[in-house]
Amino acid sequence: MSASPLLIPRRSFLRALNLTVGGIALGYYFPVEAQRPTNEPGKPAAPKPVAGSQAVEARAPGLNPNVFIHVGPDGTVTIVCHRSEMGQGIRSSLPVLIADELGADMAHVTIVQGDGDKAYGDQNTDGSNSIRGIYEDMRRVGATARVMLIAAAAQRWSVRAEDCVALDHTVTHRPTGRTLGFGELALAAGKLKVPPAREVVLRPVSELPHLGKPLPLLDAPAYVSGKAVYGADIRLPGMLTAVIARPPAVGGKVARFDGTRALAVPGVRKVIEVPAPKPPYGFQPWGGVAVVADNTWAAMRGRAALNVTWDEGPNAGYDSDAYRQVLAKAVSVAGRVARKVGDTESALKSAARIVEAEYHVPHLPHMQMEPVVAVAHVDGDRCEVWAPTQNPQAAQTEVARVLGTTPEKVRVHVTFLGGGFGRKSKADFCSEAAFLSRRLGGPVRVQFTREDDVRHDYVNAVSANRLTAGLDANGRVVAWRHRTAFPSISSTFGGKGTPGNDDLQQGVLDLALAVPNVTAEIGEAEAHTRIGWLRSVYNIFQGFAIGSFVDEIANAKSADPRDVWLEIIGPPRKMSLSDLGVERLPNYGQPLEQHPVDAGRLRNVIERVTRAAGWDQRRQRGRALGLAAHRSFLSYTAVVASVVKRANGTIGVEDVWMSFDAGTVVNSDRVRAQLEGAVIFGMSLAMYGGITMKRGAIQQDNFRGGGRIVRINEAPRRTTLDLVESTAAPGGVGEPGVPPVAPAIANAIFALTGTRIRELPLINSLSV
Amino acid sequence: MSITIRVNGTPQQLEVDPEMPLLWVLRDVLGLTGTKYGCGEALCGACTVHLNGQVVRSCVTPVRRAAGADVVTIEGLSPNAEHPLQKAWVELGVPQCGFCQAGQLMTAAALLKKHPRPTDEQIDQSMAGNLCRCGTYTRIRDAIKRAAGGRQ
Repeated sequence: MSASPLLIPRRSFLRALNLTVGGIALGYYFPVEAQRPTNEPGKPAAPKPVAGSQAVEARAPGLNPNVFIHVGPDGTVTIVCHRSEMGQGIRSSLPVLIADELGADMAHVTIVQGDGDKAYGDQNTDGSNSIRGIYEDMRRVGATARVMLIAAAAQRWSVRAEDCVALDHTVTHRPTGRTLGFGELALAAGKLKVPPAREVVLRPVSELPHLGKPLPLLDAPAYVSGKAVYGADIRLPGMLTAVIARPPAVGGKVARFDGTRALAVPGVRKVIEVPAPKPPYGFQPWGGVAVVADNTWAAMRGRAALNVTWDEGPNAGYDSDAYRQVLAKAVSVAGRVARKVGDTESALKSAARIVEAEYHVPHLPHMQMEPVVAVAHVDGDRCEVWAPTQNPQAAQTEVARVLGTTPEKVRVHVTFLGGGFGRKSKADFCSEAAFLSRRLGGPVRVQFTREDDVRHDYVNAVSANRLTAGLDANGRVVAWRHRTAFPSISSTFGGKGTPGNDDLQQGVLDLALAVPNVTAEIGEAEAHTRIGWLRSVYNIFQGFAIGSFVDEIANAKSADPRDVWLEIIGPPRKMSLSDLGVERLPNYGQPLEQHPVDAGRLRNVIERVTRAAGWDQRRQRGRALGLAAHRSFLSYTAVVASVVKRANGTIGVEDVWMSFDAGTVVNSDRVRAQLEGAVIFGMSLAMYGGITMKRGAIQQDNFRGGGRIVRINEAPRRTTLDLVESTAAPGGVGEPGVPPVAPAIANAIFALTGTRIRELPLINSLSV
Repeated sequence: MSITIRVNGTPQQLEVDPEMPLLWVLRDVLGLTGTKYGCGEALCGACTVHLNGQVVRSCVTPVRRAAGADVVTIEGLSPNAEHPLQKAWVELGVPQCGFCQAGQLMTAAALLKKHPRPTDEQIDQSMAGNLCRCGTYTRIRDAIKRAAGGRQ
């Protein structure tokens, strides 16, 4: 074998392509070099400014007011992006917000990817939280540096700071027009005391020049040239590659194995048993037998040559078909009441008419394009990890646990993520790599094959929802009962399988209803596999059940579905806890005062999307429209889908309209991109998604069957997006586009064909 | 056994298992990591490269089939990422996570060679083998049209 270049030089920054303004994406253009592709091995993310550290000050002289920002004497502003880039464009968004508060010119800003470090606070890139959760904190990061640069200029000129402004990388004394560049002020500003928070005033949003604008995708040149470094692309000197044969069901273990034939495969170095985890499984390695080789192909061939007998373990009785009946039974009886307004049971008894339906959504896979992968290098009592992780601090903690050390001894570098969707919030792949690296005494990459990635996923919860509505003699909805059963994510971490308010906040408790009698009840559920987060999580099935059910009520009373949506949501108003009938609403971690459950905003997106879609002509020859709406992650989304019957008899989605209200947005082009993607993601799970399990083992293995995802030739011909302009506090963006897509499609299919499908994936009920 | 292939214009003499898929030769032996592993079964297209100008899924192409042939990867698509498709991809902000985009670009480049001004149907048909989980399809269509002559 030829000597392979292990450490690939990747420093050849591309010049940004010489763009001109134009197209939908680029209202603004930063004439910057392409940003550094990632954290490359052997090239730590320096300067990583640490406040008060003399060593860092010496290495990176200038202004270091906090761990996120550094201003150098040459005027270069370095901003740490501490959240993971997985396609949502966070590196093209958060740092721009910080730079705007500072008054920096993006042409002189370098973005550095932060390692896992609790100094940054929470780094978990999950829950559509990176803007909505820390919008103000990140502005404060930039504002603090601005205040210090202005103070340094005011001191130099002996003028009042109030008379100075920071814009375009320059501080200007307004009365005299004198100017000093950020670079000229950096050293002096670095000697000042960091001002307390109360002395740092944020700019009015009108002075944030890029806020809400379509900003360029800074990493685009790296993506289109193959230079962006993902987890799978990390190469270290002496690095080996491991492919692991894992027990089919979680909790299973190796009964015995023979690695002789595997070791005979050229390139295979070692065969190592990985111990089985004990419940709760959390982020522990799944266990099995690792084949370690010089290259991926040899490791894969070696694994195929293994002879392993499994002890199936405690979850081998799990059969998803049988479990469907368990959940159906759980919603056929009264459960624990989690939401209560009025007296639903009496209202149902005296109702003139009952509408009732039950909805099922299976376990769903992630299917992110990059199968999970991690590189670890244990060296003495320290460990370095390179991984496409959404949560580098969780990786630190879990790797430390596996190695029996403390998180401080573990350094986690975040690469680009080839998709995440919640799968890469988990640290199991990092802990496997760390375990093997210690055993090998050198660096190793654990590569999941696609089959591994599907079979050893943390799947979205399977669910049953039974909804019952009581209508009075005039057809008005006077009672609403929602029974829900699904295993909770906390079961993966030792919590109860039966969900609580933290789970039910996703679509059950926060649904604005103007119905006088409302009940939500929770059925008992146990988990028999690893349940995890998937883009929009429980909202997927709650949105499908509720979105379908409103359409069913409309059909039952021969009314326009839009009118029924507006009727049951009721007039524009902010819902109090007692209006909702709940004791506690987690509200995605945000106070209700700032992020109320706002019936007006939900109505508004419904009104806007139906207007845009031409709802009044919703039934035409061979084509019909379906509507659904949902609040999630503090944002409001309404979708109209148009479906057609194609010449070959299959159902196709022709057009999708989406109105979306996330309050304040930072980078409108990346918001649009997320919504365009959410349409495809929602359509994939609606049409095809579905994990089935037999003897505790996932039956799917690749991009087919329940792992199938929408291809370009099936994608809607047109996607028409409508972003509501708003100054409300920012809501989530990455996830809330997904939930209404599936019910909008199912409702359109009903309108077109008269067939009501209450179970996903739709393909199982369509004759295609 | 020694196999010689030309990769992005450079001859490479390889001492590898002739059955090793071209994908792993590119990634693990030659260090050209722009070509991605996504499925291993020619289902997703992330590993797409050109073999003598034709689109192939390198994950299911044994390297022996490339013996004596010309292989072009994303690293060799253009000298400075200046292929009209690469420019259009950047201008329209096509990528989200970016992982599938090398494969998308290689397939699109072959399409434009064959059909310099492709129809919507030709675009959908040619690109149907390249999955994108982020769902960038709408922008891929627009960017191909833009690269083909400014219809977008």
